Amino acid sequence: MEDAEVTVDSFPTIRTALPDQRGAAPPASKPGQPPVPPRITVHDLDLWYGATQALKGVSLDIPDRSVTAIIGPSGCGKSTLLRCFNRMNDTIPNVRVKGQVSISGVDIYDSSTDVVELRRRVGMVFQRPNPFPKSIFDNVAYGLRLLGIRDRAELEGRVQQALERAALWGEVRERLNGSALQLSGGQQQRLCIARALAIEPEVLLMDEPASALDPTATARIEELVLGLKTSFTIVVVTHNMQQAARISDRTAFMLSGKLIERGETRELFTRPKEKLTEEYITGRFG
Amino acid sequence: MSPERSDLPGGLSSWRRTMNVVALAGAWLCAAIVILPLALIVWHLLARGVPGLNLAFFTHMPKPVGESGGGMANAIVGTLILVAIGAVIAVPIGVGAGVWLAEYGRGRFAAMVRYTADVLAGVPSIVVGVVAYGLVVVPMHRFSAMAGGVALSILMLPTIVRATEEVVLLVPRSYREAALALGAPRWRAIQEIVIPSASAGIVTAIVLAIARAAGETAPLLFTALNNRFWSLRLDQPMASLPAFIYDYAKAPYEDWNRQAWTAALTLLFVVAILSGILRLSLRRSHGGR
Repeated sequence: MEDAEVTVDSFPTIRTALPDQRGAAPPASKPGQPPVPPRITVHDLDLWYGATQALKGVSLDIPDRSVTAIIGPSGCGKSTLLRCFNRMNDTIPNVRVKGQVSISGVDIYDSSTDVVELRRRVGMVFQRPNPFPKSIFDNVAYGLRLLGIRDRAELEGRVQQALERAALWGEVRERLNGSALQLSGGQQQRLCIARALAIEPEVLLMDEPASALDPTATARIEELVLGLKTSFTIVVVTHNMQQAARISDRTAFMLSGKLIERGETRELFTRPKEKLTEEYITGRFG
Repeated sequence: MSPERSDLPGGLSSWRRTMNVVALAGAWLCAAIVILPLALIVWHLLARGVPGLNLAFFTHMPKPVGESGGGMANAIVGTLILVAIGAVIAVPIGVGAGVWLAEYGRGRFAAMVRYTADVLAGVPSIVVGVVAYGLVVVPMHRFSAMAGGVALSILMLPTIVRATEEVVLLVPRSYREAALALGAPRWRAIQEIVIPSASAGIVTAIVLAIARAAGETAPLLFTALNNRFWSLRLDQPMASLPAFIYDYAKAPYEDWNRQAWTAALTLLFVVAILSGILRLSLRRSHGGR
């Protein structure tokens, strides 16, 4: 663990575990891909829950420092795909995965992968705000303490920085010792985002982060996502197409476990190449 | 037996209304009957126990037969010590086993542990006393507070194990997921998030177990025995409130009988105060940094 500067306006990068892949680019494989190598590469991914196949041959590139939205009707496998990126599916019994997911050029389903380390590099925000029943401070500090940071001043600095990034600092600075459960739903979700950001992940996964929130709180989360993409690679799962259109640079459309279409968000929403995509975004099903 | 099926909605609905009233009244009655025994016990203890209540009862030692007055200071302290020994043994093992059952408890071994705990909960306390006699008293060649504490710990164990398992299972899955997603190893997620979230329920389980153990007489009869003198030694027989209640209640002296009532009242308060302290300390430890 490197020491980080505790200043508000400089965001120290502590992407320690892995060398930064952006410098050492693997050879660009197919033409038409973005020049910067993707942060996440999914290749021919299959996933089964017991006998039910939830993902069928999904291949997808997710570019660095951008927002990628995964859309599709309920049960299409979009959350399942997202949970592959930090291997949260491992916690469910009887899950089987075939194929490849690479993050920063490392195959995360390789047997040598340390899942705990992976989850430190790939943060996650869940559908329902799930702060711990602890104080606001302890929620944000939890991941830092897991990293072994004990120094009070450093903890305080990093907690403040994470809360500022999550646009929550002004609302909670006076009551950091208050219970996180007393915050409103929208505040709780931003607290969860701060908690995930505090340990400086490379990638931030968001599983329908605003679906349990009212429109005002949703707008704040969306604003936040747009601001964060300069520092992080963000993948958002949503069933809200307007939301995908508002916040994402690229969109992937899934249906019945298959990736139907992916591309620039504007392109996909205005000139979809696949008939199924067109039917979905025009509201013919889903 | 079954009511005449009426095609008229009116007939059916009046039958249902009647049954509704009958069932509701029955439920109310049952609920009231549940309160009755405790109300009777408390009322009876207050009525019979308060007359013997005075400072000397808590600060003085028992007087020999024939002398009036005296107290049960040794028995009050003895009960606290015996319960403390039992809790020191049963709480870590019971909470540990309960958490294991909830978090990892799949398969045959876990089923066996659950079944054993359930059977243990149903074993008569006097049998537990016999077991502690064989395990501790016989090898030590003497009755001791230690043996009494061991007997009480066996009684506490099943309550703590099963109740802990239940409350740990109630911790929302989202807490575990949040911790794991932050890169917590599973054991740290359990230790730092799951167990603290379940702590209120775990403390309730411990309080229940302590309350039950504190009032037990049978397992102490041939383990801690009893002691009319002041003793804090764990390898010697130790006084306890239940043992004194047992002795004094069947004694032919009116003064002793009165003290037995007061001792029973005291025992009730000791349990109430213990559980109050545990709950308060829990509330205080919550929400801070």
